[in-house]
Amino acid sequence: MGTGQRAAYDFAMPESPPPLAPPPSLAGLFGGFLTVGLLGFGGVLPLARRMIVDQRRWLSAAEFTDLLALCQFLPGANICNVSVALGGRWHGPVGSLAALAGLLAAPFAVVIALGAIYMRWHTEPVVAHAFAGLAAAASGLVLATAIRIAGPIRARPRAVAIAVVALVSLAVLRLPLLWVLIVLIPLSIAINRRVA
Amino acid sequence: MSAGPLPTLAALFAELSMLAVGGANALVPEMQRRVAAEGWMGPAEFGALFALAQAAPGPNMLVITLVGWRVAGFWGGIVATSAFIVPSGILTYVVAGVWERFREARWRRVAQAGLTPVTVGLVTAAAVALCRAAVTDVPTLLLVLATAGVLLATRLHPLWLLGVGAALGAAGVL
Repeated sequence: MGTGQRAAYDFAMPESPPPLAPPPSLAGLFGGFLTVGLLGFGGVLPLARRMIVDQRRWLSAAEFTDLLALCQFLPGANICNVSVALGGRWHGPVGSLAALAGLLAAPFAVVIALGAIYMRWHTEPVVAHAFAGLAAAASGLVLATAIRIAGPIRARPRAVAIAVVALVSLAVLRLPLLWVLIVLIPLSIAINRRVA
Repeated sequence: MSAGPLPTLAALFAELSMLAVGGANALVPEMQRRVAAEGWMGPAEFGALFALAQAAPGPNMLVITLVGWRVAGFWGGIVATSAFIVPSGILTYVVAGVWERFREARWRRVAQAGLTPVTVGLVTAAAVALCRAAVTDVPTLLLVLATAGVLLATRLHPLWLLGVGAALGAAGVL
């Protein structure tokens, strides 16, 4: 009787998500992350989420959000950390390597080809001017990212103070990042405790 | 035969790997400063390589690959990329295995609340460092501001804005 009720309840759950796929093989890991690396222009995380959650159904949306929180919390490139954690979950260190290799193989080749073009032609005035424009636009992208991530802390004076000290230390005083982090991270954790 | 700059590349990017709180963008001021201190390249060339990495597909940490490649060729690219990935990768591998236990822990939220403002400061410093190299006159300043404004106000793909910037430059507008 109890199980019958449980089944009825499950049935009534709104939009139960589609079942997950079986764990991917090593080739599947490599191939999945290869598509992310190849197609991930201007931000790979949304694409990685679509591949992992929607297309290949390796993880549920909640599992992916949880994994991303871990990878953003740890140092390093977030998407590389995602590939290492996922590959390792199913195939150990070899799985991590397969996922990382898939992620980086194509972008590595493309970026070095672009670099070679730059080095070959950058003394040509037209190319030099194109790169000046490209560099200015890329600076604008980072500026927009800075403004966007500053939004949530704007109303918290202590958080703003920490951000300003970090900015001045690095951009104006040009202090070494290691020392800035060693001082500022503990300080920031201590004075921003209440909001957590 | 000397190993040349490869050990220096490896040491630099292994250190940066563990300092990359908030992703590769947060490392820009430190990278720009260190590559200049090593005599490898000035801020303008670093800015061009950073822009190239943004225009290519894949994670934006590829600027590290490009710096390594520029300094020491193909193997420089491999060494710099590996040195950057391996330390934080090992940490992620180990922590992912025990993460379940800490997922709901209060100290994790406390640490995150403290890290976020630091990341905001680092990424803003990155924007300042890149602008300082890229803004050479009024038109380049306007391009930086217009790109940031359009990106914040619309859902336009960033690649279009990079393309517009390069086209305006090539056309001699800047």
